[in-house]
Amino acid sequence: MFVSQNFGESGKMKEYHYAGPTEHRFSPYAFNGGTVLAVAGEDFAIVASDTRLSEGYSIHSRDSPKCYKLTDTTVLGCSGFHGDCLTLTKIIDARLKMYKHSNNKTMTSGAIAAMLSTILYSRRFFPYYVYNIIGGLDEQGKGAVYSFDPVGSYQRDTYKAGGSASAMLQPLLDNQIGFKNMEGVEHVPLTKDKAVQLVKDVFVSAAERDVYTGDALRICIVTKEGIEEQNIPLRKD
Amino acid sequence: MALEDICNFKDKPTHKTFPFYASEDTSVSVFTEAFNFKWRGEMTSKKASDVPLEFHVPSLFKRPSSRASHSVSVRRPFPLSHGTTTLGFIFQGGVIAAADTRASAGGLVACPAVHKITPIHSHLVVTSSGSGADCMLWERILTREIRLYQLRHKRRLSISGTAKLLSLMLHPFKGTDVCVALTLCGWDKLIYVCSDGARLQGDIFSVGSGSPYAYGVLDRSLSWSLNKEEAILLAREAVFRATHRDAYSGNNVDLFHVTAEGWRQRQREDLKEEYYRDMEKRGKKMDLTGLFS
Repeated sequence: MFVSQNFGESGKMKEYHYAGPTEHRFSPYAFNGGTVLAVAGEDFAIVASDTRLSEGYSIHSRDSPKCYKLTDTTVLGCSGFHGDCLTLTKIIDARLKMYKHSNNKTMTSGAIAAMLSTILYSRRFFPYYVYNIIGGLDEQGKGAVYSFDPVGSYQRDTYKAGGSASAMLQPLLDNQIGFKNMEGVEHVPLTKDKAVQLVKDVFVSAAERDVYTGDALRICIVTKEGIEEQNIPLRKD
Repeated sequence: MALEDICNFKDKPTHKTFPFYASEDTSVSVFTEAFNFKWRGEMTSKKASDVPLEFHVPSLFKRPSSRASHSVSVRRPFPLSHGTTTLGFIFQGGVIAAADTRASAGGLVACPAVHKITPIHSHLVVTSSGSGADCMLWERILTREIRLYQLRHKRRLSISGTAKLLSLMLHPFKGTDVCVALTLCGWDKLIYVCSDGARLQGDIFSVGSGSPYAYGVLDRSLSWSLNKEEAILLAREAVFRATHRDAYSGNNVDLFHVTAEGWRQRQREDLKEEYYRDMEKRGKKMDLTGLFS
């Protein structure tokens, strides 16, 4: 029974049979890995990312963080294809400056999110291969997280994980921050220290099971005092 | 920007000369002013009242006939969000619009709490299905155009007019990847518009992967003479049954009721509770192995 699987439909052996020419096309995309996470609290927001840049089986860099500071109250995390991440952040920086010069005020988190949505959708037929998450404070000073898909669909959330380990992290966050799938628990609001500790634990777990996540963790904590950065080492293998 | 258009304020469009548009790629602009649509080869000076939506179309594969060809596209390495159940129907007390709240991308639930029903103005609500980003953006464009019409002509565009406008705006994208299927729910009319070009008026519409299940429930019990509570319960039941059977629909149900006074939103409801109540009614032992649709 086990041996018969080696033979294909026409009776020829699968491994040694030439299946015909296959076309290889140039793909303009590459997958550089990395995981990004953002959590919004009552008066703070946390954006965290690992710092590994990989491609295929190689690691290009162990110190390439994926959090980009946009304004004093907003941080953007982008993972996916590093080339598109760099271009996208350059474009966003330029648009922020243009807004500042023509409107004489800094863009708010909600405005940046709406602008990013239109920037991404303008490339609907050749998308930026980037998973974006914006974390920051809204006009009332409350924490806000906006998560995007690669073509610009976005939504305000309380927490979101994006990137290569997102499918592993999102259920854990649903359970610990959203209290989903638990019956009869008290919904305790998240404090800043507990949130930072949770983010560290969650990334340590991600580094255990996802090969594209590891090396170090960069956490940006956005409060009304400003943006504080922390670096924590992760598994390097 | 609306004020600029009305005042015919001529401002130099700064974002047109943006360096990220490479010179050899074609740049496509969609003009939404006065149904004037054309493809443009390069960016020249435009009328101040036109506010184009620029699309960057890749020219990786240079073929002589490909100037307006939509079938040329780069292979995407990621899945986009799809899959839904939305429905709308008319009865004596107005129009009910209901939808689930799950956005799935491939096999992953990208977001369990999406808003698939958005108000355009006080008497028009639109339910969306298809690709999430497309629906979100086209709803935004539609809201903008309706508002501009209202400011320019001092009256609101009718629902039929809105549907026609949307259909005309989507027409240049027929044949591309854009996948948008919206049901415009006014207080006395339901019109279904989709990116393939269909524009249909009807009494009952259900769109999405879960629509066959919703149609089954609706066709059985829907009648004109339902009162408001019965209609709401029916819509909720239809979405619940669809989320139970369709893998790509689930999580919560959103419900809007549109009347001549405007729209009212019912609080979002988690269908998990409904599932447990239903199981109890049937007298079965509760099955806790994660059947939360």
